[in-house]
Amino acid sequence: MRPAFSVIFLTTLIGVGQGLFLALVAGQFYWVIGATDIPEAQDFYAIGSLLALVFMGGGLISSFFHLAHPERAWRAATQWRTSWLSREVIALPAVMGLLVLYGGLHWLDWRPVLMTFGNMKNLDLTMATGYLGAALVVALFICTGMIYACMKFIQEWASPLTVLNFALMGSSSGFVMATAYAGFMESPLEDFFAGGAMFLTIAALVGRIASIVRNKNIKYLSSLQSAVGLHHRNLRQLTRGFTASSFNLKEFFHPGSPALLPILTMAYMVSAFVLPIALMAFAWGTGSISAFALAFAVQYAGLLVERWVFFAEASHPQNLYYQKVA
Amino acid sequence: MSDPIAKQLALVIDLNVCVGCHACVTSCKEWNTSGWAGSMPDRNPYDADPSGVFFNRVQTYEAGTYPNTETIHFPKSCLHCEDPPCVPVCPTGASYKRIEDGIVLVDYDKCIGCKYCSWACPYGAREFDEESGVMKKCTLCVDRIYDESIEPERRKPACVLACPAGARLFGDIIDPDSEVSVAIREEGGYQLMPEWGTKASNHYLPRRKTRQVIHADELIRADNPLKKEGPLPKAKVGAPSLDDVTSW
Ligand code: SF4
Ligand code: SF4
Repeated sequence: MRPAFSVIFLTTLIGVGQGLFLALVAGQFYWVIGATDIPEAQDFYAIGSLLALVFMGGGLISSFFHLAHPERAWRAATQWRTSWLSREVIALPAVMGLLVLYGGLHWLDWRPVLMTFGNMKNLDLTMATGYLGAALVVALFICTGMIYACMKFIQEWASPLTVLNFALMGSSSGFVMATAYAGFMESPLEDFFAGGAMFLTIAALVGRIASIVRNKNIKYLSSLQSAVGLHHRNLRQLTRGFTASSFNLKEFFHPGSPALLPILTMAYMVSAFVLPIALMAFAWGTGSISAFALAFAVQYAGLLVERWVFFAEASHPQNLYYQKVA
Repeated sequence: MSDPIAKQLALVIDLNVCVGCHACVTSCKEWNTSGWAGSMPDRNPYDADPSGVFFNRVQTYEAGTYPNTETIHFPKSCLHCEDPPCVPVCPTGASYKRIEDGIVLVDYDKCIGCKYCSWACPYGAREFDEESGVMKKCTLCVDRIYDESIEPERRKPACVLACPAGARLFGDIIDPDSEVSVAIREEGGYQLMPEWGTKASNHYLPRRKTRQVIHADELIRADNPLKKEGPLPKAKVGAPSLDDVTSW
């Protein structure tokens, strides 16, 4: 498939935003249960939510560049019964709305107690909004992943690993961002976020390796024989039927050479996972905030490459019909 | 999509007959670019890197090893699948399948040009129109098959009418007595990529070989007791005959 930059930026940016939202909610939970006794400033969550909102908004804007008729984009929310893309179109603004609510409630410090548990801990409105937001973040990860995973004949994508990896990579980048942010704000949650970022980045690395291994061993169900319906062992295309170019030749093939894919795969393995893990280990040891920020920048660049490869390595069965130039 | 529909219009393409002349390709473009489904723009038609929108393409394949090869001309357009994967994925509802006749269409006024449906078609049957920013595809000439200003026998897709070899049949594949159903049943009609469960409505009739077995004794005339080839002896004038023409 041809990687579209609008979609690459959309999926990576909202990934960061979602991960950051998850991190804030997890951080608040960690703080509420009393894991740290240093008081937490309310504007930490408010500004953090704003930051997450900026990432999500960036993704949203980028998604409009993918549409030929952005003025009709509202129609894309109508088919949620059948279309994962439509569901994503609903879930994305919903997460953004909850971010506004979550950040806003923290900013106003409006936190009426909704219920009190047996251990005398309270569930207040901000925490409850956070839980709802986290649930929606997970739903959005599922929608985004399923857009690709539901294409059963694009066999590289048709796997639960696709959904899992979207969630893990997004969460990882969000937690790395959260760590840098917490360091900058001198929040006591920095160590908690750093631990989460470390864990999620390693988990994302494992998930991505699993999908690479899986995709190496794919048995393609379609062949030229099933495409044409002529079950001869020695069948080949003489002409695709036209000499000019067409949508079919552009949309379903990536512009790079085949040799580029393994190089880029190595590049993002290092940049999206290994290097950030090393940088974070260094930063954790030395308490360097700029090393966390650098880890985020390096990882984000790596995730852009990862997304490019994710599209490029997906082979569409229609390509069977377009093997011969001329 | 799982509700059974009463009627499913489709093409049946006879690969044994198709000569690969591309008459269906050009007639399709001619009819549709100026019709309901148009336009089908060409970009840079006289320049470097030309490209254009087509609903129908004819490709050519070869099977076997020289000299025992076979050339197969293979027209390909939207198959109007009975379970079309391209329809449920459309976020706007622009892509839809008509219940009255099973034709899969795009509503150009709703399409946002996200191209997701084209990803969901395993056959590459949809082509994006950059000029108008919407997805396009074969409509089975929905704007002519019901047009009452056209004489009834010509209310068929342009490609079917154009095919000089008669390789394209058009009809309702749910009606068991239609020309297309009979052809599918009796000539071994098959679907493309059945592995994806799309239940493609368009069917293809396979290449067929017509062979005659001639036994050695059939090479010699059985009614020739002298085993000599040559003009038959003429009967005498006035000799009895069966019908005044034939002689013994
Ligand atoms: S051939 Fe492709 S575009 Fe046509 S109905 Fe089937 S899946 Fe949809
Ligand atoms: S390109 Fe148009 S028809 Fe296709 S999925 Fe998007 S909105 Fe629907």
